[in-house]
Amino acid sequence: MKPGSIAIVGAAETTELGVIPHMSQIQLHADCARNALRDAGLKPSDIDGVATAGEAPTNVAHYLGIVPKWVDGTAVGGCSFMLHVRHAAGAISAGLCKTVLITHGESGRSRIGAIPRIIVPASLQGQFEAPFGILGPPTMFTIPVLRYLKTYGNTQEQLAMVAVVQREWAAKNPRAMMKDPITVDDVLNSRMIAYPFRLLMCCLVTDGGGALILTSADRAKDFPAKPVYILGTGESVEAPMISQMADFTSSRAFRVAGKQAFDSAGIRHADVDHLMIYDAFAHLPLYGLEDLGFVGRGEAAAFIAERNTAPGGKLPLNTNGGGLSYTHTGMYGMFALQESVRQVRGTAPAQVKDVQVAVCHGVGGMFAASGTIVMGDRRP
Amino acid sequence: MTERPLPGITPETRHFWEGTRSGELRLQKCAACSHVYFPPRPFCPQCGSPDVSAFRASGRATLYSYVIHHRPAPGFVPPYSIAVVQLEEGPRMMTNIVEVAQTPEALQLDMALEVVFQRINEEISLPLFRPAGRAA
Repeated sequence: MKPGSIAIVGAAETTELGVIPHMSQIQLHADCARNALRDAGLKPSDIDGVATAGEAPTNVAHYLGIVPKWVDGTAVGGCSFMLHVRHAAGAISAGLCKTVLITHGESGRSRIGAIPRIIVPASLQGQFEAPFGILGPPTMFTIPVLRYLKTYGNTQEQLAMVAVVQREWAAKNPRAMMKDPITVDDVLNSRMIAYPFRLLMCCLVTDGGGALILTSADRAKDFPAKPVYILGTGESVEAPMISQMADFTSSRAFRVAGKQAFDSAGIRHADVDHLMIYDAFAHLPLYGLEDLGFVGRGEAAAFIAERNTAPGGKLPLNTNGGGLSYTHTGMYGMFALQESVRQVRGTAPAQVKDVQVAVCHGVGGMFAASGTIVMGDRRP
Repeated sequence: MTERPLPGITPETRHFWEGTRSGELRLQKCAACSHVYFPPRPFCPQCGSPDVSAFRASGRATLYSYVIHHRPAPGFVPPYSIAVVQLEEGPRMMTNIVEVAQTPEALQLDMALEVVFQRINEEISLPLFRPAGRAA
């Protein structure tokens, strides 16, 4: 794929966001998909490629009445949608299909028609992690952090600052679930979940979804919304179990995906006007900033505390409020992509001035997978 | 479900669970490249060689990282530690740190640990770790 040869021409979230007990999971896919089709001025019959995770692409295509020639059910957790963008760009470039719909819908909070998460006892995780009392992401994703803090001499106060700064962004976003300002003390006095993680260092649990429509950039001018061009992409996976992550202070999947995305886009860090880093927990922006190369190892906590990523800072980060304060259905990556698209289009609630290059970085599983997308407002 | 989740043994992991049942922590080593690895599989994840064998590890480890879970979980009384330990031979594994207060003050990174086996039933004994240097 040549940089800028594929464009996002439709993007939308579910009509409602947060607590949606009157919609099942498949309907959340359909709701945002129909919103994205309207955004692009398309009908279901105009779509010939479908990609999704959480639900099978079969379910989504049939429910919407789409006859695809190309499907992608890559499911590597919350960054699956970054991988779908990458795969769709490749498929369109190769002529396998013309117009791809990518959907996410998850009834993470209300659990209406949601697929239960189970750990198979005979899987490696079932044998070598489940017997030790893991219970969901707060007990796994969090485990590397004490090692990270000790290695770099960082503090829990600095970890708390990540949540504080993101709440500042959320305060500017009417759709954010949590908008009231918080302090470091508020974070450090919130309920203990899994030491050193307190409630306000953990993501929300919500219902919602989002959808994207991609096509060739040559056709992009035919659509009503301002096209958002795909400049570069990257993906990788590491260990399916947090205990087997090679280095608890750095994600190999982040480094591999990020480098691919930057190299394929031909951009440098100084070119980046806006950044999204999937924040299921407060430490993820620290790893993301370092592993993508925006700062050196161990420098991210100070970088955030010095307000570089806050409103008015030089590198606006997680400007929708993130998984910590905006929304987090379970596979949040789609919402990070939606915010990048809004920022490049110039339609975000907390709009950053003149976003020409936006980087959107996702994580899947517990540092198990990663996808990075570089978007731009023009073809290079 | 109120019981602690238990492993479902597979052909590739049987030697490990037979080991814990008899009081041994077993790792695997590659004859071709000397790589020591975990979790079990019948080939070397570093060089791909099938010439691998299980051996009894020392049971000595250090505390690499952990959380202290404060919410209820099946088979556990909170707060309890969920830890990853650095085995002397190289690999890391998840476990619980036992026979010590479940507090940040008592659980210091890099502290010396030793394996202890908790018998669950006739088939399963789990490898847990406690501060090193205590009489068994």
